Amino acid sequence: MATKQSRSAARIMLAPAVILLLGWMLVPLVMTLWFSFRQYLPLRGGDQGFVGFDNYIRFISSSSFWPSVQTTLIIVGGVLAITVVLGVVLALLLDQPMWGQGIVRILVIAPFFVMPTVSALVWKNMFMDPVNGLFAHVWKFFGATPVEWLSQASMQSIIMIVSWQWLPFATLILLTAVQSLDSEQLEAAEMDGAPFRSRFWYLILPHLARAITIVVLIQTIFLLSIFAEIFVTTGGAFGTRTLSYLIFQRVLESQNIGLGSAGGVYAIILANIVAIFLMRIVGKNLDA
Amino acid sequence: MGRITLDKVAKRFGDVEVIPPLDLTIEDGEFVVFVGPSGCGKSTLLRLIAGLEDVSAGQIRINGNDATMTPPAKRGLAMVFQSYALYPHMSVRKNIAFPLKMAGVDQATQDAKIEAAAKALNLTAYLDRRPGQLSGGQRQRVAIGRAIVREPDAFLFDEPLSNLDAALRVNMRLEISELHNTLKTTMIYVTHDQVEAMTMADKIVVLQAGNIEQVGSPLELYHKPRNAFVAGFIGSPKMNLVPGSTANDSSHTFGIRPEHLDISDSEGLWHGVVGVSEHLGSDTFLRVTVPGMEEHLTVRANGDIPLRHGDKVYLTPQADKVHRFDSKGLRIE
Ligand SMILES: Nc1ncnc2c1ncn2[C@@H]1O[C@H](COP(=O)(O)OP(=O)(O)O)[C@@H](O)[C@H]1O
Ligand SMILES: [Mg+2]
Repeated sequence: MATKQSRSAARIMLAPAVILLLGWMLVPLVMTLWFSFRQYLPLRGGDQGFVGFDNYIRFISSSSFWPSVQTTLIIVGGVLAITVVLGVVLALLLDQPMWGQGIVRILVIAPFFVMPTVSALVWKNMFMDPVNGLFAHVWKFFGATPVEWLSQASMQSIIMIVSWQWLPFATLILLTAVQSLDSEQLEAAEMDGAPFRSRFWYLILPHLARAITIVVLIQTIFLLSIFAEIFVTTGGAFGTRTLSYLIFQRVLESQNIGLGSAGGVYAIILANIVAIFLMRIVGKNLDA
Repeated sequence: MGRITLDKVAKRFGDVEVIPPLDLTIEDGEFVVFVGPSGCGKSTLLRLIAGLEDVSAGQIRINGNDATMTPPAKRGLAMVFQSYALYPHMSVRKNIAFPLKMAGVDQATQDAKIEAAAKALNLTAYLDRRPGQLSGGQRQRVAIGRAIVREPDAFLFDEPLSNLDAALRVNMRLEISELHNTLKTTMIYVTHDQVEAMTMADKIVVLQAGNIEQVGSPLELYHKPRNAFVAGFIGSPKMNLVPGSTANDSSHTFGIRPEHLDISDSEGLWHGVVGVSEHLGSDTFLRVTVPGMEEHLTVRANGDIPLRHGDKVYLTPQADKVHRFDSKGLRIE
């Protein structure tokens, strides 16, 4: 697209797509903003007009607000840490030549194809159930009292479930990055007397920086809004109420659409703060 | 010290024997070139010496000590890779410092060695750049610098010039030879380019399909190729190899270099027609088609020879410059 003519032609051809996407984004956003300023109780009088910033003040001054933000950030941070660290380890292992490589790779990717609701149910009933769960049996086998995972270690359990779902994604992206590392560089470092941990620290990790950045950014977008895993397991109890779960409760359980919409706007603000924060830390890896 | 001995060293990848058992001695301070066509196992042989591949059989001795099972870092060898294998996330300075850092050398000594290497290789101005910001020739020099600072017993080069353009290649060739004269360290140099082999080597090892065809000085190989393969591989343009019968000779294959054919317009052994000729100024290479011969003959003539496409010429091999080979391709004295 070098000439003026080809540039303007490109702009005209792109226009329909851009306008469609813009509308797609703008309509729900504008509707959320609109409702957030109104008193709207579908079962108790319907739309009762503008109330200014009332909804915003009520949402933020609720005792559940700050704990929900904290919960959200802990889950996102925990899952990111686990998936990146284990993802790097798995990617390095899967890169080694081994028997049955193809099958092992498919198995590693498999959890990504399981729907969040299903995987949360499987974890809840098959593994974490304090009576019949696999973990309970293991604990009993060693003579220990089974842990009531979802009530006693609720956050850890949810982080574990969500990490299990996202580990394949991280592994896959990191594996392609590991495979693109020039083997002669590693051999040169080996001849230069670098043991594995130096090769990892000085060559492999810098090479993976960009892939790790992508994993972190993409996962954050999805993790900020996880819902099904919490809905199916704890239902927001035992300190697992995230911001998106709080919004859901306000809209559906309290039937207050105005209040929920105000929460939605806070969620957008939170996502932006996290995004700015992340771009500051890791964004430079995407240049050059 | 850098004396390397290969004793019946062999390498198999699965069922494929890439290097059949071979013996070779590389003396301390020698510049040895492994030369051969692509895929003949030169890199594999070099990597066996470096320790980057395990031998399937045989023994490698460095300075008399068995090094067959020694890990690469402990062999006291430094390697310059074809792709340079510079560390992309480190500056030139850190690249060169890396082997020193891994060896736990103190900072002051590191700095002194880096300065010296950078000065010798004209890299002083680029020490703080990343490899990605350097030209091919500069990267090559960084790779050499990283090898020099280790002060190894021997340097291993795997086709180090093949990614450079022709003019730069001639320059780097001279620089590497110069380096060898200054350091007097053993160097093993792999190339598929016989010109590099001829111009740089003290000793050339000609390889074909993993076999050593001949070992010798450049001029030994030029004057007394042990077999028809070496005869055709060493020398530029290639030696003319024709069936003995076409030269009224009893040998199976009759070889004569382009520079050892006399041209006449009236009489000679062969009578042919000039085809395409290459005028280099100093020399002219003529392709002469002789009736009854499958391949054309190449003749090296004076730069100002007045022959043109389609002219008829007579050619006579200089009797004392003829090479004769038997039906197995071996030289007949
Ligand atoms: N890791 C390997 N596995 C299987 N075959 C290999 C491997 N490395 C090299 N080879 C084979 O060994 C032969 C020699 O390769 P190489 O030493 O790289 O040749 P050269 O450097 O002379 O061009 C080639 O036929 C190549 O296909
Ligand atoms: Mg090679």
